[in-house]
Amino acid sequence: MFSNNGYIIILTLLIALMASITPMPMSVGDFRPDWVLIVLLYWCLALPNKVNVITAWVMGFILDVLLGSVLGVHACAMALSIYIVVVNFQKIRNFSVWQQALIVGVLSALYNLIVFWLQRFLTDVVFLPSYLYPVITTIVLWPWVFLLLRRVRRHFHIK
Amino acid sequence: MNPIFNQGTTPAQRLFLALACSAALIFFDHKMAVFESTRGYLQSLVSPLQYMANAPKQMLSWASDNLVIRQQLIKENQDFRENELFFHEQLMQLNIVRRENERLRSLLSSPVSGKNTKMFAEILSVDGDRYSHQVVINRGAQDGVYDGQPVLDEKGIVGQILHVGVSSSRVILISDITHAIPVRIQRNGLRLIASGSGKIDRLTHDFVPHSADIKPGDLLVTSGLGGKFPEGYPVSRVVLVRTDESREFAIVYSKPVAQMDRLRYVLLLSKEKAAESSFSLKSQQAKAGKQ
Repeated sequence: MFSNNGYIIILTLLIALMASITPMPMSVGDFRPDWVLIVLLYWCLALPNKVNVITAWVMGFILDVLLGSVLGVHACAMALSIYIVVVNFQKIRNFSVWQQALIVGVLSALYNLIVFWLQRFLTDVVFLPSYLYPVITTIVLWPWVFLLLRRVRRHFHIK
Repeated sequence: MNPIFNQGTTPAQRLFLALACSAALIFFDHKMAVFESTRGYLQSLVSPLQYMANAPKQMLSWASDNLVIRQQLIKENQDFRENELFFHEQLMQLNIVRRENERLRSLLSSPVSGKNTKMFAEILSVDGDRYSHQVVINRGAQDGVYDGQPVLDEKGIVGQILHVGVSSSRVILISDITHAIPVRIQRNGLRLIASGSGKIDRLTHDFVPHSADIKPGDLLVTSGLGGKFPEGYPVSRVVLVRTDESREFAIVYSKPVAQMDRLRYVLLLSKEKAAESSFSLKSQQAKAGKQ
């Protein structure tokens, strides 16, 4: 993980964690993209030998602690979504950025729904359409994150 | 080329491990609540992240605090002075009323409700979890914060402490879906329970009979039952009462009086002193009874 400038990966993940807890007004906060998921997805497609399901689980666990949710909820959702990418990474890699954005949208919807289902199972929350707003912003954000992180990867020669 | 094909474990095995760990964590955290103390440590481990995530907002508010014009400051100062005068006048009245109340209570030989000690705290972050309403404050175990401590702002009750870290702790708001608080109507003393609804501006009241004397606009204050929240602090104001006779109970909604979506500074009440004073009074009464 730390060889060949691998610490840059950790750094980007930490920034994503911070972005997902920065205070925001309520109306904007509903549209907060799934920062950690999107960064994990990129590294998982680019370097599947460095970032895998266990990394995703650990990140999800830290997110659980940061968000104060029941421990394991985000960890479980994150691990499942990343597993789908890990299994299919060679296919997804060959798609264009826009096709990838759609797949990222589906994964983000799955992630949010798993979190909702687990929360529903634990505490009787009711479904609001606003729980799926992050999917929209995540789709819009993917091409930009993809280009930015690719530059980062090439600049630091992360292998 | 990296050896991506000679890995020890397959993704499916890793997924199985991850899911098993999650299931165990969820079970032990939610059903058994064994992580209460561990959460404190975890909370303090991640608090640097929280402080850093909060830095941009902190800088902005610092800038807006420092970039005010003179007239504005003078006007604010004037307002504060006027307010202080009013408050002083009320305080004089309050002192007399309090002494009178204490005397009456001692005549009835019921325990005098002691003073609470208060602690000031600042909101660190409002997190992005949409399923629970929690905020993080910049006080922790080293400041004497404890589990279940009541938290309020200048208008009314905000919530209570959920997890305590070393230098920061987590507050669960009264609008959280897992939170409920015993209240009574200030006008007539009718007791109710205000449960959070998951919406920031709504509390629901279950099991209110149709005949209950409750109207929109009634102020609900803490009843002091349950021992967590001290008595008499405003909680919410009734906004809707629907008595549909085809239903078993009336539908009652109220809106928290604290400004839950724009919290910045909060007060923590600690009741240790109150407990001590009532204890000493009880022991005095016991002594008096013996004599």
